[in-house]
Amino acid sequence: MSFWEYVGNRRTQLLLDTYQHASAVFQCMVAATVLGVLLGVLTYRSEWAGNLAITVTATILTVPSLAMIGLLIPITGLGVAPTVTALVLYGLLPIVRNAIVGLRGVDPDLVDAARGLGMSRLSRLVRVELPLAWPPILTGIRVSTQMLMGIAAIAAYASGPGLGNEIFRGISSLGSANAVNKVMAGTLGIVLLALVFDAVYVLIGRLTIPRGIRA
Amino acid sequence: MPDTSNGQPSDQPVQPAQAAQASGRPGGGATGNAPARGATTGATIELENLTKRYPGSEAPAVDNVNMEIKAGETVIFVGPSGCGKSTTLKMINRLIEPSSGRIRIGDEDVTGIDPVKLRRKVGYAIQSSGLFPHMTVAQNIALVPKMVGWRGARVTARVEEMLDLVGLDPREFHDRYPRQLSGGQQQRVGVARALAADPPVLLMDEPFGAVDPITRDHLQDELIRLQHELHKTIVFVTHDFDEAIKLGDRIAVLRDRSHIAQFDTPEAILTNPADDFVSGFVGAGAALKRLNLTRVRDVTVEDIPTAVIDDPLQSIFDLFRSASINEVLLLDRHRRPYKWLRRGDLSRAKGSLARAGTLVADTVTRDATLRDALEAVLTDNAGRVPVTGRRGEYTGVVDMETLMNSVHELLEADRLDAVEHQHQLHEARSHQTHLEQEGAAGGSTPRGPGQEAGA
Repeated sequence: MSFWEYVGNRRTQLLLDTYQHASAVFQCMVAATVLGVLLGVLTYRSEWAGNLAITVTATILTVPSLAMIGLLIPITGLGVAPTVTALVLYGLLPIVRNAIVGLRGVDPDLVDAARGLGMSRLSRLVRVELPLAWPPILTGIRVSTQMLMGIAAIAAYASGPGLGNEIFRGISSLGSANAVNKVMAGTLGIVLLALVFDAVYVLIGRLTIPRGIRA
Repeated sequence: MPDTSNGQPSDQPVQPAQAAQASGRPGGGATGNAPARGATTGATIELENLTKRYPGSEAPAVDNVNMEIKAGETVIFVGPSGCGKSTTLKMINRLIEPSSGRIRIGDEDVTGIDPVKLRRKVGYAIQSSGLFPHMTVAQNIALVPKMVGWRGARVTARVEEMLDLVGLDPREFHDRYPRQLSGGQQQRVGVARALAADPPVLLMDEPFGAVDPITRDHLQDELIRLQHELHKTIVFVTHDFDEAIKLGDRIAVLRDRSHIAQFDTPEAILTNPADDFVSGFVGAGAALKRLNLTRVRDVTVEDIPTAVIDDPLQSIFDLFRSASINEVLLLDRHRRPYKWLRRGDLSRAKGSLARAGTLVADTVTRDATLRDALEAVLTDNAGRVPVTGRRGEYTGVVDMETLMNSVHELLEADRLDAVEHQHQLHEARSHQTHLEQEGAAGGSTPRGPGQEAGA
């Protein structure tokens, strides 16, 4: 069976896996973004807290993904829980780091002006600092998404959802007729999804970065 | 008790000599015309023993500043970099919290109120314009009005009004982003934003420091015009003494730790600097700078024989013959200066007015400063320049002699003012010393009046 015949035969399964993969990454990204920006906002004003947040999230990223899933299974059990936990943890670093760098990079004169105009701490953050730090944060989210696309495949190891299942099935049946097709289909699906997501981010950037600061 | 007999007109919040203000400077006169547009006019600002200490440093950054700023007055803080002038300014809207001392705006003690509320009542403009690059010009200006609770149409109308006020066409600039504006335009929008919610007080921290000299000059003129309309209380920080002279009703020359070396009108500081520090800061050419403070209309201009181009030739000949004059100014039909006619010009040109004489090269308006007039006189080959009125019509002539006489008179008047002012100050101080001596038993002596003057 050729690769395209395989894809044609298995299209329902493949589509379901692709959908689940995309959905898992998307949801984890939302969680990682909220958590990452929150961490950034809470820590960027203090030298050591900001650096601590960056170091901790960077350390998490150095844990091999297979090991991370392996370590999480005893705590969270199999399935969705370890997948989501692992993905969110991995996704944090680029977002936290870019949020901190972005927020620290806001021109101090502008913050001074905002205070001088009588903006409260919260409105300074929401109306001045975060919008100005948004382009680097969005870049962080984009990098994070690319990373999670690949890492999400490992989730299949913990019986998680997504295209990883296809790849794992292929690997476990190496030598059989469709083994390579399975691995190929899973991998190609992930690459395609990554490209689609990236295109969406370009669009989001266009829509959300104010014209005044667009590069 | 400190010795008060050598009192210089320096640090005390004593009213300056009133006469010195009456010299018709553009920014002068706090209580002149009625305010336009029904806007809020200025409020008084009082700084009382204002001090800022930073942890870990022995000497305070700002040490015990006392100052009274009158409503509607433009006060300039000028001093070398690092003298604490900016810090003092930022304590007025509590961007920097004072370590001790009090701030009063209007009749309200604002030292303890919510700083966010305070700042919404105090306009603030800074050097880099501080416009938010992600917001349009209109959004920037609308910020404070919206924060203080203005709604919809009122905000829109106000934005238009403010753009208009600072000389930018609302239709053109409304939706632009700050980066699409020149430095000067950004600064204008910065001022518009600072004034948008109609605060009684405007703080400006070296607002024109980052623009080119020509634009800066325009912006200064603009600010003078604005202040003429609005009568806000403006506190303006600069290190440029010429800017201070141009804009200030009064100038506070600050030295280290914001000690006030002299707080007085530009005229008084120019003619009678309190000490070597101030004269060093005033720089050379105080008399020349004084020329900037007076307009041609404030001095007596000479009247010379004139003729109108339509006059019969004979009357012009008669003019030369009747008086021992060498020169007649020929005016055109609208009485604008046209040509200089010398004795003999007419006969050389064979009686034709069209060919006789030399065209008037330069004129000055009545609103020009004496410095402009001097410049024109110096470049004129015969050393005299016609003065023109609003529509360019002839009103007189200035030459070297009139200028010199005027300047001598001005300087003499300034000197007299300064002497009188010093006298007043001296009296005020002896009075204060007297009070303190009486109150000294109660241990309530805030500080000796002479302490800072000599510091």
